[in-house]
Amino acid sequence: MTPFAKLNSPSELDALKRKAISAISGCATRVLVCGGTGCMASGSPKVLEALQSALEKHSVPVRADIMNEEDEAAISIGYSGCPGYCQVGPIVRILPADYFYTHVKPEDAEEIVTQTVLGGQPVQRLLFNDGSESYATRDDLPFYKDQVNVVLADCGVVEPGDIRDYISRDGYRALAEALYGLTPEAVVAEVTESGLRGRGGAGFSTGRKWGFTQVVKSDKKYVVCNADEGDPGAFMDESIMEGNPHALLEGMAIAGYAIGADEGYIYVRAEYPLAIERLRTAISQAEQAGLLGDRILGGPFSFHIRIKEGAGAFVCGEETALISSIEGQRGMPRPKPPFPANSGLWGKPTVVNNVETFANVSKIILNGAEWFRSFGIESSPGTKVFALTGDVVNTGLIEVPMGTTVGDVVFKIGGGIRTGKAFKAVQIGGPSGACLTEEHLDLPLDYDSLRSVGAMVGSGGLVVMDESTCMVEIARFFMSFTQKESCGKCVLCREGTRRMLDILTRIVSGRGKVEDIDLLEELALTVRDGSLCGLGKSAPNPVISTLKHFRDEYLAHIVDGVCPAGECDAFKTYSIIEEKCRGCGLCAKKCPADAISGEIKKPYVINADLCIKCGACADACKFEAVTLG
Amino acid sequence: MAQSAVLTDSGPKAGRNFSRVQEIIKDYGATESALIPILQKVQDEYRYLPEEILTFVATALDIPPATVYGVATFYAQFSLEPKGKHIIKCCDGTACHVRKNQTIINAIEQRLNLSDGRQTTDDHRFTFEIVSCIGACALAPAVVIDGRVYGQTTPERIVAAIDEIEEADKAEAAQ
Repeated sequence: MTPFAKLNSPSELDALKRKAISAISGCATRVLVCGGTGCMASGSPKVLEALQSALEKHSVPVRADIMNEEDEAAISIGYSGCPGYCQVGPIVRILPADYFYTHVKPEDAEEIVTQTVLGGQPVQRLLFNDGSESYATRDDLPFYKDQVNVVLADCGVVEPGDIRDYISRDGYRALAEALYGLTPEAVVAEVTESGLRGRGGAGFSTGRKWGFTQVVKSDKKYVVCNADEGDPGAFMDESIMEGNPHALLEGMAIAGYAIGADEGYIYVRAEYPLAIERLRTAISQAEQAGLLGDRILGGPFSFHIRIKEGAGAFVCGEETALISSIEGQRGMPRPKPPFPANSGLWGKPTVVNNVETFANVSKIILNGAEWFRSFGIESSPGTKVFALTGDVVNTGLIEVPMGTTVGDVVFKIGGGIRTGKAFKAVQIGGPSGACLTEEHLDLPLDYDSLRSVGAMVGSGGLVVMDESTCMVEIARFFMSFTQKESCGKCVLCREGTRRMLDILTRIVSGRGKVEDIDLLEELALTVRDGSLCGLGKSAPNPVISTLKHFRDEYLAHIVDGVCPAGECDAFKTYSIIEEKCRGCGLCAKKCPADAISGEIKKPYVINADLCIKCGACADACKFEAVTLG
Repeated sequence: MAQSAVLTDSGPKAGRNFSRVQEIIKDYGATESALIPILQKVQDEYRYLPEEILTFVATALDIPPATVYGVATFYAQFSLEPKGKHIIKCCDGTACHVRKNQTIINAIEQRLNLSDGRQTTDDHRFTFEIVSCIGACALAPAVVIDGRVYGQTTPERIVAAIDEIEEADKAEAAQ
């Protein structure tokens, strides 16, 4: 990217925006290869390379810098952020026609160049096809039809590595308007009026939080972005940081202006190396453009943003633990009050918000609180990004208005169960969340409705499960996670999660006792009521909700000695498929328990009473005749 | 990764050469708030946190060694044991779990001959970790080998990838 001058006023920002738009429109074709973590894992870097060499082979001039209007080449190629539909990656989009190519392989590059870039026609076989028809553009796709994109609107279209692309789409205009047109009080009032609630899961009013911090008098204040997206099964914050990092930076700068802070920290998980790299590039470009750093846009406001990499501790998603971690200590929560608004980072007033919350801010300032309230429902305005994963046909990131029903998300957008089996449950909110079942399909997804059934938005992970998922095993899985991640400060959380894990492990291993259920319930309520922070308070949720909705399954494990979903190994038995067995006798030789008998050249049999389920027979069999079921 | 640092500092003379650590501390500043980034950088260089270096960092930052040890043992990222040359991470997020990643975990442990919670092979060639969600949920189950993400993967593909790495290492050694 060619260096560009520091912007000294809002009008210079406008001029750059006009220049960027004109440069982009001078580019007849833009080839965008998805550069999200998902598509990169599916091989998008090789696709980008192949496309570049195909363009070179056909002597198609490519603009090295899309913003260089003097370059006569009218084709550009580069990475975009994540458009969300990770399932069908690697994704390649061709603008302005917006052909949406899925499952693209390096071998497809030649055809894309000759047919689409040079010929202007779509490559039919690469368009998304749901089995009955194919869809040319993104907006036609069934996956996107019921989505409403506010936060993700620019994700997947802007090149995250070029700030001017973001500026061409009204980027940093909200910051300019706030700095030059609004008082800090007016910014807080607008955000409060919009009804934006914290997207990290707890759902506290963002505007009120800012207001508390604004009124505290202090020589130093901080803005902290909680990007420690630790919930297993959630990756929306990751995608925003990778795909549109400037939206986060702009939101933080506006927050800084509103509360009177000149410094911000982004606390990112170390597990997100690509997000960290993109944020670093974005910060350096914004500083170069005078949109971060000293005297932003030539005015009196200065704001610096630094990145702190997490070191792998789920509890650091709790704001006081996160603050301790930035300070260089063990990330352990402390009691509130004092709230960070009064005494946060290094004892100074601090606003802590989540990535998605900040990413909403510039849109609210630009379009107004009333516009924002036109999405979602009265008590939870706006949209929410969810990570839809598990046993569903379409997995990926989705953005829907608050209040969209569970059923619509799973069946309309998600396309139903991919395995053809029956729908069983949706797990929402990760290890702090709960399971929603068939009876909840009409439940609106918003803070208050979810709370009313004992669930929570959490950070927004939605893991769909079919009937082959054992709910006791899922409860055990989450408990093993929280048990490992408990920081150890509160006895109830530290010991209680361990005891619950022991009991759940016992049940899935076929050693459960009837009284275990009562004990689990008692432990769950005690840990919930007696822990200091959100981790401990919500750790029992998966147990409480599975006990409520799937008590039968617990009882089946304990009393009947079966796992109804057929998942838990302890309840499975080894057997030999008669048709496949050649009667070689190798399995009987390998069996350490002498549980296999038979005659050479005739099918062997396993005596279930003697079998110790070691699996040696299955490993030994060359004909795949031994099954576990 | 600085290969030379690994060779000189993980042998019998481990920890005696503190010049690299001094440079790291200088880069980040000798303050307590820089402790975590310093330890992260040290681990990048040495592949683990040698004990001598922890006490060295404590002295340089003027904080008790117990505080440094406390931080080093609190976060999952830090290891007080030397890690292998190649790091294999199997994601154990919910989506990977639901899509039955246990078969992959079993296959890797069997291939590397690891059991009873051992993470690193005896020849220090591979370290296998089961990690919390890496955010590639839409591509579950996922495994990361030396920073490369393998999405929607299978036990067979991962074992093949490990075979390939081993072959490449052998070829390199033969040269």
